[in-house]
Amino acid sequence: MSTGDSGSREPVLQATGLVKTYGRVVGLDGADLDLYPGEVLAVIGDNGAGKSTLVKCLTGAEIPDEGEIRLEGRRAQFKRPQDARAQGIETVYQTLAVSPALDIAANLFLGRELRKPGPLGTLLRVVDTKRMRRRAEEELAELGITTLQDVTVPVENLSGGQRQAVAVARAAAFGSKVVVLDEPTAALGVRESRQVLELIASLRDRGTPVILISHNMPQVFEVADRIHIQRLGRRAAVITPQSHSMTDAVAIMTGAARA
Amino acid sequence: MNQHRTDAAAPDLAEEFLDRSTPLRAVRNLLHRHPAISPAIVLIAAVAVFGGLNERFLEPSNLSLVSQQVAVVGTLALAQTLIILTAGIDLSVGVVMVLASMVIAQTTVQNGVPAPLGLALGLAVGLGAGALNGFLVTRLKLPPFIVTLGSLNVFLALTLLYSGGATVRGGDMPDLLTLTGETFSIGGVNITLGVVMMLVLYVALALILQGTAWGRHVYAAGDDPEAARLAGIRVPRVLASVYLAAGAILAVAAWIQIGRSNAASPNTGVDLNLDSITAVVIGGTSLFGGRGTVWGTLLGALIVGVFRNGLALVGVDVLWQTFAVGVLVIAAVSIDQWIRKARA
Repeated sequence: MSTGDSGSREPVLQATGLVKTYGRVVGLDGADLDLYPGEVLAVIGDNGAGKSTLVKCLTGAEIPDEGEIRLEGRRAQFKRPQDARAQGIETVYQTLAVSPALDIAANLFLGRELRKPGPLGTLLRVVDTKRMRRRAEEELAELGITTLQDVTVPVENLSGGQRQAVAVARAAAFGSKVVVLDEPTAALGVRESRQVLELIASLRDRGTPVILISHNMPQVFEVADRIHIQRLGRRAAVITPQSHSMTDAVAIMTGAARA
Repeated sequence: MNQHRTDAAAPDLAEEFLDRSTPLRAVRNLLHRHPAISPAIVLIAAVAVFGGLNERFLEPSNLSLVSQQVAVVGTLALAQTLIILTAGIDLSVGVVMVLASMVIAQTTVQNGVPAPLGLALGLAVGLGAGALNGFLVTRLKLPPFIVTLGSLNVFLALTLLYSGGATVRGGDMPDLLTLTGETFSIGGVNITLGVVMMLVLYVALALILQGTAWGRHVYAAGDDPEAARLAGIRVPRVLASVYLAAGAILAVAAWIQIGRSNAASPNTGVDLNLDSITAVVIGGTSLFGGRGTVWGTLLGALIVGVFRNGLALVGVDVLWQTFAVGVLVIAAVSIDQWIRKARA
């Protein structure tokens, strides 16, 4: 089933036989997905093929009716997005989900602030702004994000691409096991999309596996190692940019051809 | 302006367009980053103007009066700031304070409850009112304006029913209850303990909002609730805690009010909710949430106090004072709208 050199290794994230129905509408009809360490797996598919339902099940936004999800070989059950996040699955949304008035460092640590050491932190619950700023700078430098120099700048002063870079950095920080990007460039211009694609590549180079949901074929073919094609609620094929052309991919997506 | 470029230079052109800054824009961006600057300028200007118009304005006795007038409104405005930071609004702050003050006064004077327990009952009233407002806002997902418009009337009726419309005189109360009206002198200016208590609350809340994760979550929840939720913040829980904290502050305001007027009256202070909103808005806190500081609110409360006192000293009719405060609010909201367009 899988192609390339990834077949021998254990998947980081594996979904088998996921079924999700909404009343009489079938979202997922026995869908599978395998994500291997250190790869960018793109998920493409026509509208209604079940890509967003599949991703929602993987990130805890929806609970599948049937099937199982394994994270690093262990069975995982997510009731809420927080569960998936707590187990190391981070999601970046197309809506640039950052808090505009807070600065970059505060956004990176939003919801998991670092506290000061000693009784000041444990008893009075005082946050350690300096340490968070320093760690934010380290994190951005490690990801090669050079456009964000000053982590004390409020996010609302940033461009869309920079905001998305903050969201990606937040997802990639804190030793996450999997980063899921749901149409991360949908709200961005050409140059800003480029920044995000470069970020995805640098995430992979750091060894973090990435799932990229996208409509944008050129972007998918540029950045993905493998491409999961979703059709009629299940996995129709997994191809690579080397083995197939964009035309082939569209043909499989629409059912005009088989893999 | 810029001359025409070829297509190849288009990205640079776009960049320049973003970064192009006029002096007016620079001012707007500055105000955007430091929302307390404009109220500080207004306050200094107002003090200078009223000081010039009437030499009695800057006399210690008058400054004492202003500080005492500000103590109650300033404390209410502190509770209001918390709620407005979450993009809410609380129309019931004045009446909750009055209800708490009546409970404190009546339980101690008429039911013979010890004074500390009376204050604790007042705190319970504040927390209970905050819990109710918070429950309706977060659980039933009703707009805060409607919730507190309703609870304003509910608490007003409860206050009048409970008190029977009667005022409790300060002379009948234990000393602890009127302690907030005790004064000490700094350079001829008489400062009440109520003023000190208000300032302590301001310092405490400023430290909490700046220094704790809860404070950041309050800003994030008001700024963009959906983004906050996706970041893993439990927004309803944050909102409920904000209404509770505001209720606790209102109970302290009730104690300050008893000392200030040396009485607990069901009719004084009910209409202070509008002054509290005015102070918050003039202080640069955005009605759309997520932006503002408690220090701006303190400046706003001082501006309201200085305007009312100064205009009265100059001999302006009380109705025109209200008129002036109304104009001040509309101007402040307009400026807020303009500032929010900065690089948005």
